[in-house]
Amino acid sequence: MSTEVISQIDVDRTRGDFSYPEQHTFDAGTGLTHGTVDYIADVKQEPDWIREFRHKALDVFLSKPMPTHWASKDLENIVFDNIRYYLANSQRPTRSWDEVPDDVKRTFERLGIPEQERKFLAGVEAQFDSEAVYSNMKKALGDEGVIFVGSTEGLKEHPEIFKKWFGKVIPTGDNKFSALNSAVFSGGSFIYVPPGVKVKHPLQAYFRINAENFGQFERTLIIADEGSEVMYMEGCTAPKFETATLHSAVVELVAMKGAKIQYVTVQNWSANVFNLVTKRAIAHEEAEVKWIDCNIGSRLTMKYPGVVLKGRKARGEVLSIALANNGQHQDTGAKMIHAADETTSNVISKSISIGHGRSTYRGQVHIPRHLKGCKNNTECDALLINSTSRTDTYPAITVRGSRNSVQHEASVSQVSAEQIFYMQQRGLSEAQAMSLSVNGFVNDLVREFPMEYSVELKRLIDLEMEGSVG
Amino acid sequence: MSLVIHNLHARVAGGQEILRGLNLEVQKGSVHAIMGPNGSGKSTLSKVISGHPDYEVTSGEVLLDGVDVLAMEPDARARAGLFLAFQYPVEIPGVSNANFIRAALQARLKDGEELDAVDYYGDLYKEMDKLEIPRTFTSRSVNEGFSGGEKKRNEVLQMAMLKPAYAILDETDSGLDIDALKVVAAGVNALRSPSVGMLVITHYQRLLDYIAPDVVHVLVGGRIVRSAGPELAYELESKGYDWIKETLTEDAHAVELASV
Repeated sequence: MSTEVISQIDVDRTRGDFSYPEQHTFDAGTGLTHGTVDYIADVKQEPDWIREFRHKALDVFLSKPMPTHWASKDLENIVFDNIRYYLANSQRPTRSWDEVPDDVKRTFERLGIPEQERKFLAGVEAQFDSEAVYSNMKKALGDEGVIFVGSTEGLKEHPEIFKKWFGKVIPTGDNKFSALNSAVFSGGSFIYVPPGVKVKHPLQAYFRINAENFGQFERTLIIADEGSEVMYMEGCTAPKFETATLHSAVVELVAMKGAKIQYVTVQNWSANVFNLVTKRAIAHEEAEVKWIDCNIGSRLTMKYPGVVLKGRKARGEVLSIALANNGQHQDTGAKMIHAADETTSNVISKSISIGHGRSTYRGQVHIPRHLKGCKNNTECDALLINSTSRTDTYPAITVRGSRNSVQHEASVSQVSAEQIFYMQQRGLSEAQAMSLSVNGFVNDLVREFPMEYSVELKRLIDLEMEGSVG
Repeated sequence: MSLVIHNLHARVAGGQEILRGLNLEVQKGSVHAIMGPNGSGKSTLSKVISGHPDYEVTSGEVLLDGVDVLAMEPDARARAGLFLAFQYPVEIPGVSNANFIRAALQARLKDGEELDAVDYYGDLYKEMDKLEIPRTFTSRSVNEGFSGGEKKRNEVLQMAMLKPAYAILDETDSGLDIDALKVVAAGVNALRSPSVGMLVITHYQRLLDYIAPDVVHVLVGGRIVRSAGPELAYELESKGYDWIKETLTEDAHAVELASV
């Protein structure tokens, strides 16, 4: 995809599907070896402990087989030797939007980034391939001691906080892809919110893949200290390439006593992206962690945000929406590990399968026998648009002992021809009718979302439905 | 200006013919009633005119002010001015009534035009008041958990908001008690105007006490077999559909004799 003049950029209706020519100053080349890891550590001028951490992680990655016991066979189609693991133009994000290189700036302007920052965000980080190109936070937050930087800057400038939690929520060997991320991670956010500080407006990161045959491995670590509150939102896009692109992030959250973290994802990957992400939080006493996860697009997504409820009365929540269009498989769900008394968890998952799309809910809820007063509620609803669509639900709920309660509901429904006809009779086109049905199906969940994101999600659903009818 | 149905033959796709050469003309400004026994093709007629995908037209025409609508998608017919008040309105979970009607109105605008929200709610509330619909209705999901009366009132509300040129009311009286029927009929009567033609389909004469038709047609065996003034409805009510069938048999007999 080499376009020389901006006017020739390949665009279709989906706002994320365009790319600019590549001009990378730093390129680790194709394939993954210990040499690749050294290249990344050298370029980023990282301390030795990180270099060692990366090398060990690579060994773990190489020694671990692909997950096979339930994972889709499509994983075997990832050719790790064909992927480029590190691409960057510069090593330091600018604080001023004006200093962002023109082509990158145009990319994010088309995606609406600076506009959103002006409107409602407390801070923004924009990552282009491997590195953040722009990172900015409202000054008032910095004065309160809030840290919002990229992972590299985090580990260099704030090692005392970073080191304490990094890799502790999700150990390197958790799974093959967390090991891969640990070996080659770059970019992502590091956030620290001091005790009692309530960040009123959301912090947002935007992840953009621009290059073909590329792997994006951002690493995010958020620590909300005692009694603090923060909302983080991430958006992801990539252009449509012929070849597979890999996105494999690791996100670790730590909510200290009484803290609240909300983590919102709206991803709109193109249909060539393998999206294999590990997300987990630890919630200490009376802390609350809420994952809001919207998975649209990608070839295969495997993602099960989890909360380890470590302290008494901790609360975990996963609200997820997955939309699997033709040729896509959304394998998503949630993990709730209860490890203290009176902890509660809530999982609400809605999936929509269109055409030959497939969505799978995979959940794990674990409440051991010695605990008391724990509660879990799990609801999974699936909507099938066509008779060729597929949905599966695998809720693994292990509740031991008699002093805990658990509730599980699942439903599968189909958009009926009568429903579509009724709406068409009122003047809506078939696509508009489908879209309205789908929006209605997810409506009660979307109400929980921040306004700007619910609008965005509705627009994405409209686009998906438009392409799937007729 | 009229809705013209000419020699219409239709069936459930691949099945028996249900409409067998139906002719009808509804002028703008008039109210026509179609009465008929069960299985005569009343509901089929409303579905065929509005383009339900289960039905197949084998021959004939349906002209909306001179434009043949049979090749059009159901939504294009609706935007061209055709409205069907459903006998069994469909539930749409999660979609509020206000958003649904708004989307239907928005679909009638040109690309780039936006419905004015303030005007829209002004109109909506005004029409809701006429139908004695409480304000909480706007945020409820379309027809979900509605009583029979609420569903039918919602159909009339949508008709009032969408302002069709021709409206077909399919057994709007079914499932209504007398109080609900009065409210719904009053709503329909309020919409009578020189710019709307209405086709009221009903099994019973009762509805026609409240929505007085200009012309009454009797549908039997997929054809209009009698057309007359409102008095025909009363005659049917007192003598029953068997009376029509008998006269038809006599007619058929006469035709047979004549053709020998």
